[in-house]
Amino acid sequence: MSFTTALAHHFLPETILTLGVLALILVGSFRGSRAFGLVNELAIGLLGLAILSLLFGGDTQASLFEGAFVDDAFGRFVKILTLLGSLVTIIMSRDYLQRAKLGNFEFPILVVLSTIGMLLLVSADNLIALYLGLELMSLALYVAAAFARDDARASEAGLKYFVLGALSSGMLLYGASLLYGFAGTISFDGIAKSITGAPPLGVVFGLVFVLAGLAFKMSAAPFHMWTPDVYEGAPTPVTAFFASAPKMAAVAITARIVMTAFPGVAAQWQQIVIFLAIASMLLGAFAAIGQTNIKRLMAYSSIGHMGFALVGLAAGDEAGVRGVAIYLAIYLVMTLGAFAAILQMRVEGRPVEKIADLSGLSRNNGTAAFYLAMLMFSLAGVPPLAGFFAKYYVFLAAVDAGLYALAILGVAASAVSAFYYLRVVKVMYFDEPAPAFDHSPLSLRAVLAVSTIFLLGFWVYPAPVVEAATAAAKSLF
Amino acid sequence: MFGFGILTGLTFLPLVGAAFILTLKGDDEATQRNAKWAALLTTIVVFLLSLVVWGRFDTTSAAFQLVEQKGWFGAGLTYKMGVDGFSIPFVLLTTFLTPFAILASWESVKFRLKEYLVAFLVLETLMIGVFCALDLVLFYLFFEGGLIPMFFIIGVWGGKRRVYASFKFFLYTLAGSLLMLIAILAIYGKTGTTDIAILLETKFPPEMQTWLWLAFFASFAVKMPMWPVHTWLPDAHVEAPTAGSVILAAILLKMGGYGFIRFSLPMFPDASAQFASLVYALSVIAIIYTSLVALVQEDIKKLIAYSSIAHMGFVTMGLFTLTTQGVQGAMFLMISHGFVSGALFLCVGVIYDRMHTREIAAYGGLVNRMPLYAFTFMVFTLANVGLPGTSGFVGEFLTLTGAFVANSWVALFATTGVILSAAYALYLYRRVIFGVLDKPSLADISDLTPRELILFVPLIALTIYYGVKPGPILEASAASVANLLQTHTALADALKVAAQAAQ
Repeated sequence: MSFTTALAHHFLPETILTLGVLALILVGSFRGSRAFGLVNELAIGLLGLAILSLLFGGDTQASLFEGAFVDDAFGRFVKILTLLGSLVTIIMSRDYLQRAKLGNFEFPILVVLSTIGMLLLVSADNLIALYLGLELMSLALYVAAAFARDDARASEAGLKYFVLGALSSGMLLYGASLLYGFAGTISFDGIAKSITGAPPLGVVFGLVFVLAGLAFKMSAAPFHMWTPDVYEGAPTPVTAFFASAPKMAAVAITARIVMTAFPGVAAQWQQIVIFLAIASMLLGAFAAIGQTNIKRLMAYSSIGHMGFALVGLAAGDEAGVRGVAIYLAIYLVMTLGAFAAILQMRVEGRPVEKIADLSGLSRNNGTAAFYLAMLMFSLAGVPPLAGFFAKYYVFLAAVDAGLYALAILGVAASAVSAFYYLRVVKVMYFDEPAPAFDHSPLSLRAVLAVSTIFLLGFWVYPAPVVEAATAAAKSLF
Repeated sequence: MFGFGILTGLTFLPLVGAAFILTLKGDDEATQRNAKWAALLTTIVVFLLSLVVWGRFDTTSAAFQLVEQKGWFGAGLTYKMGVDGFSIPFVLLTTFLTPFAILASWESVKFRLKEYLVAFLVLETLMIGVFCALDLVLFYLFFEGGLIPMFFIIGVWGGKRRVYASFKFFLYTLAGSLLMLIAILAIYGKTGTTDIAILLETKFPPEMQTWLWLAFFASFAVKMPMWPVHTWLPDAHVEAPTAGSVILAAILLKMGGYGFIRFSLPMFPDASAQFASLVYALSVIAIIYTSLVALVQEDIKKLIAYSSIAHMGFVTMGLFTLTTQGVQGAMFLMISHGFVSGALFLCVGVIYDRMHTREIAAYGGLVNRMPLYAFTFMVFTLANVGLPGTSGFVGEFLTLTGAFVANSWVALFATTGVILSAAYALYLYRRVIFGVLDKPSLADISDLTPRELILFVPLIALTIYYGVKPGPILEASAASVANLLQTHTALADALKVAAQAAQ
């Protein structure tokens, strides 16, 4: 396959975004401070174009650039989710950033750059490509976290994320070098072929370090420490971005690497994934109970949800990967919807983020309260909302694989976490009204409405998501 | 229509009414009236439609009828609805009682009325769905989905401790049900289907049955509720608005009993036989203990709530006797308890609307000013006690007969519950209705209004009608009960043969 065919047929979204982002930087530098609106719109256009190129692109599987990357259904499925997360974040961020005097053209560019990193990460097929994608994604994220550079909390968040992120990258690199040393190859397939039977200790060490590095990126416990602080400190649109797109990529590459590089040592990585899943689910369930800040609550909620997604991965089979893919899709919608609601929390021009600020929202703004309540029920996994089906498919895989204890701990965590989701509903519906929120821009209301309607209507016609996820899972085996 | 049948229409029709109410704008008098009429008419049409279903239902057959099936998720899951002798009485009970719930709220709810009515209509859809679903996952969707509207009904329109009660209700039920979800997944993993009709034919290995039975039991025991996981019910009942209590006592509790009879007994027969003594013990404790607790209650609603738990004890006892009398009696008792407890909560609602207190001590001598009310309350009190001639008697008598056949000790202890129920119910009646009307606040309390009379007359008529002529309800489930017991007997025989062969 020639270089240009590869670019045009299997690497089109990355190509579009890379060329596009270079153009955006030029536009930004020439127009200077007036460029924000235009760059924002162009970035939305670029991401939209990338999604279209995936939706209407080919559906063949191919190995690209000497086996550095792979283009398969799994990658395409997650790429669409990632792009969707980035796209919606940019749409939602404009109003907030402009009001906060953060309307600099660098933000959309950082989001697109980071998205390119995620796309590379999702399709990485060897350790170098993995690291390349991961760092491109992370470097842009570090800057985005500290984007409000005059805000002490945001700077702290950025610094914290950077230091811990660098540490995790180091661990990942260390693990990768061990793997290379013991397997003699960096390609995932090659590693799979060379590790058979009882793995040498170095491989196990490498596996642990690589998984630890990836767990940091998806904020699975016990590598979650940065999450609440960064979620709280970063500007809310940045938090929305952190909670959506990077998680898709991190979970996807974890699934890809364990399935394609380590099928022979499933017993080894399964214990790690099971541990990560249990720790994350329980931590997400219990630590969120005491939170009063909605962004911190969402941080713990996201840790818990990553745990649930990992339950599917722990099953280690095709049904498990399908469950993970469905979970990611539904989690993405829930997160974006929830952050669309959080971004609407603004009293007299100032953003507020206490759960108590939502008091009596159902009487001030019945529609928004209803949508947010449905989102909370969905996050809690109450049927018939989509969040239930997300859990259904991962637990189905876990029970099928005989992981009963994991499934029972999972539903226990799910019952505990229902408490704090219900508390948000209670505050909105049962308490006396707090000051009403300002009128919010159409973009936020639209995102909230569309995501809730998706969650409410999912059970009527789940086929598109389920079928796409099934095809995606098949391509990994 | 669109390839769907009458049961889908019946299930989702209330949502049409709910959607209509949501389109109404404003909060003035006229809008509220329109919303109320829309809700009432919707529920009445649903009831009439359910009568059509009943007309098409063949009581002589134990098979699932009016079945509709559609591919849904791919991968083994289906959208499948149907009714049999176990579910049709509950469907009719639901559609019959929901208009009463709407009517009961006619004057008393003014605050956010539209949302209130929408919540009830959505709840009706989910309740009918529970009884019609013939696919485990679909059943679970409806079963759990019902928590959301009930959570709002208790939490928004409830009494002083509504937040506590709504959380307790939600989390208790959710925790129980999630274990059932794991069991459902395990069943799907084992058999590759969640079609209830097929699963009823499936023989699960005995060890697996034990675990599955326990998981389903966790869910249904909480819902029922059985001692010792009953503590959410008194709180939920006390805090819920009148109509919420009616629906909760009359229908939501029955989902537990329905679950036992639909899943636990037929699908896990070995485990059911194995755990029967556990259920007996819990039932007898529930009957005696909660009756005693009911005796000392100060709050009318709480007293009735505890009496509900005691009656549900008779139901679980009857079901697990696995005799015709026991199972049929349990079915009958559930339906009868639907009328009677619903009506009792309506009775409490009547005086609560006037005095805004549920303290027993705040009342006394009501017969002097409210003769009609005194009569109504008496009918339902006696039905609750199980006086011959009321529907309450038939169910209790049959379950006790069944228990006597299965295990006479159980019957002996359970029968004390009948005496205790007479004690607490008559004691309540005396304190509220009789005596001297000497409390100044009660001096100008008024008797039943025409609207309230309309509410009670059909319930009184049915309570007495089914007390004298229990045939219609018993016949509806007779074929299904016979079928259930026949399978059980065949299975028990097969087990005996296998055991002998092994020796």
